[in-house]
Amino acid sequence: MKTPAFLKLSILGATLALSGLAQAQDVTGAGATFPAPIYAKWADAYNKATGARINYQSVGSGAGIKQIKSKTVDFGASDMPLKDDELATDGLVQFPTVIGGVVPVVNIVGITPGQIKLTGALLGDIYLGKITKWNDAALTALNPGVPLPDAAIAVVRRADGSGTTFIFTNYLSKVSADWKAKVGEGTAVNWPTGAGGKGNEGVSAFVQRLPNSIGYVEYAYAKQNKMSFVQLRNKDGGYVKPDDTAFKAAAAGADWAKSFYQILTEQPGKDSWPITGATYILMHKSQDKPANAANALKFFEWAYNQGDKMADDLDYVALPPSVKDLVRKQWGAQIKDAGGKAVAFK
Amino acid sequence: MTALSTHGEPPPERRVVAPWADAVFSLLAHGAAWFTLLLLVAIIGSLLMGAMPAIREYGLGFLTNAEWDPVKEKFGGLVMIYGTLMTSFIALLIAVPVSFGIALFLTELSPAWLKRPLGTAIELLAAVPSIVYGMWGLLVFGPILATYVQGPLQKMFGGVPYLGAFFSGPPVGIGILSAGIILAIMIIPFIASVMRDVFEVTPPMLKESAYALGSTTWEVVWRIVLPYTKAGVVGGIMLGLGRALGETMAVTFVIGNMNQLDSLSIFEAANSITSALANEFAEAGEGLHQASLIYLGLVLFFITFVVLALSKWLLSSLKKNEGKRT
Repeated sequence: MKTPAFLKLSILGATLALSGLAQAQDVTGAGATFPAPIYAKWADAYNKATGARINYQSVGSGAGIKQIKSKTVDFGASDMPLKDDELATDGLVQFPTVIGGVVPVVNIVGITPGQIKLTGALLGDIYLGKITKWNDAALTALNPGVPLPDAAIAVVRRADGSGTTFIFTNYLSKVSADWKAKVGEGTAVNWPTGAGGKGNEGVSAFVQRLPNSIGYVEYAYAKQNKMSFVQLRNKDGGYVKPDDTAFKAAAAGADWAKSFYQILTEQPGKDSWPITGATYILMHKSQDKPANAANALKFFEWAYNQGDKMADDLDYVALPPSVKDLVRKQWGAQIKDAGGKAVAFK
Repeated sequence: MTALSTHGEPPPERRVVAPWADAVFSLLAHGAAWFTLLLLVAIIGSLLMGAMPAIREYGLGFLTNAEWDPVKEKFGGLVMIYGTLMTSFIALLIAVPVSFGIALFLTELSPAWLKRPLGTAIELLAAVPSIVYGMWGLLVFGPILATYVQGPLQKMFGGVPYLGAFFSGPPVGIGILSAGIILAIMIIPFIASVMRDVFEVTPPMLKESAYALGSTTWEVVWRIVLPYTKAGVVGGIMLGLGRALGETMAVTFVIGNMNQLDSLSIFEAANSITSALANEFAEAGEGLHQASLIYLGLVLFFITFVVLALSKWLLSSLKKNEGKRT
C-alpha cells in the first residue's frame, strides 16, 4: 500500500517541529506569584513578536529561590530580594522587573475610599491587637469629622506565605518598634491577631464580607474590586493615596546604584507611598547554558523596552529608565558564560 | 451443562498458547502489589528524612508546643493537630446521626418512587469539588452562622462563666465550628451511601420475622439491621473520618488560619495540619520551617494510620463477639 502524500508530509512536519523544539530550548523560570500575570503577558507578547518561548511557573518566591539555586530553571523570581552576601555565596545576581504596592483596605459602612487616614504606628497597633475599636481615641484624633463606628476592628491578613506579607510586615517593622520586637518581618509571621485569608482573593473576600474589617492586598486587587483604601502618612509626613505615581515616587527615592537590594517601604519623598515593593529576577552569574541565559536576558531586555504599557494595563508600575540602565549595566558586567565572556542580550 | 453433555468423552486438550504468559502475569500481579507497599515505605522514608531537622530540634515536644513563629524559627504543632482533630470530631458528631437517618429513611421508610432520585442526589453531593464547599462556606454559610447562631448564642451565654468561653470570639462565622460543619456536609454522602448499601443487604427474612413478632420499624433497624451490618457501618464512618482528616481546600477557606489556642471557643479561628501545609509550604524557606511542615505531614500520616488501624481492630473485635449473645 502506498503511503498517502499528506501522511508523508505530516510526518516530515512533525519531525521538523520536534527537531526545532530541541534546538531552540525554551527558557524556563519559576517563582513569585505576585508578578506572574505580567510575566505571562510579556511571555505571550514576546512569543508573538519573536517566536521564542518563555515558560514561567508561579510556584511562590520560596520555591523559586530553591529552584534557581539548584539550577533546575534558567531564572528564579522572588518578591523578597536576597541580601548581597547571600547572593554572593550562591553566585547569583538579582534585578528588579516591576514595582507594586500593598494597600490597606477597610470595609466600614459610610466610609468612602481614602476617607480614613492612618499612620504606620497606628496600623501596627491595629495589627498587634492593641487598638481594637474603630472609635479609639487615637483614630478619632487623626480623623476628625469621619464617622468612625463604635465597633470592634476585624483584622484580616494573609494565611499563606507571601511576598505581599513580607512587604507589609517589613513596613510595620520599620515604623513600629513594638511590631519589630514582637512579630518581625517575613513571608509568614506569627500574627498576634486576625483571620487569615488565602491569597489576595481570600483577603479581599474576607474584607468585603466582614463588617468593620481591615486588611491588606496588592494594589491591583484593591483597584479592581473598588475597595476602600486608606491614606497613609509617609516618611515626609504627608498623607498619600495609593496610585502609580505614589509607587513611582517611592522607587525613585531608593539608591539603586549602590545595590539592587532595595526594599521600597517607608522611602523618602513627598508623594511616595510607604508600602511599596519591587519584584525580582534571580540568575546565576556563571552560566553553564549561556544560550539559555542569553535568551532569558533578551526576553527581559525586550520587556524593559516594550512591556511598560502592558504592565500599566495590569496595574503594575514599570521601573524608571535610570534603574533599567543600571540593570543592563549589571547584566553586561556580571552574567558570564563558562569562558568568562559576557552573555549577550541585544 | 457442558460437563453433562461431554460426559464419556475425553476432556478437550487445553490449548497452550504461550507457556510464559502465566509466569509474566503472576510477576505483574506480584509486582503491582509490592510496588504499592514500596511506595508507602518510600513516602514514609522521605517524610522522615525531610522532617529530620525538626525532629532532631524539637523531638516529641513538637506535638505539645503551641507556638508557631516562622520569623523566630520556633515551631510546634499543637494548634494544627488540635484543629484537625477537633474539626473532624465535630464533623463526625453531625454526620453520623444524619447519615444514619438518611440511610434509615431510604431503606425502610421512603416510598419506592422517591428512593432512587433521593439516593442519587445524596451521592451527587460527593461529586461536588471541595473548593466549591469552601467558597460556599465562606461566602454563604459563614455569614448565616454568624448572624443567626453565633450572635444569639453569645447574647445568651455572654456573661456565664466557663460556658461563655466556648462561644466567645469575633462573630465572623469562620472558625472551628464552621470548618466542622462544612466537613460534615462533605462526608455525609460517603457515610450515608455506604450505610444505605449495607442496610439493603440485610436479609429480608430477618426483618420480616422481626416485624412478624411485632417489632416497630425502629426496633427492626436498631436490633436487627444495625447489628447485622455493623462492620459496614463502621467502615463507612471510617471512610468519612479519613476524608475529614485529610480535607484541605474547604477547611482552609473557613477555618480562619489562625495559630492560637488561647481560647477554646469553637467560634474562634484556628488552623489545621492540611491547611497550614497548603498555605505555607510554597513560601517556606529551607531549614527548620520546611522541616517542621514536613513533620506536621508525618503527624497527619500517623493520625490517619492510627484511625485506620483502630477501625480494623474494632471490626475484628466486633467479628469475634459475633454470635456470642445468641
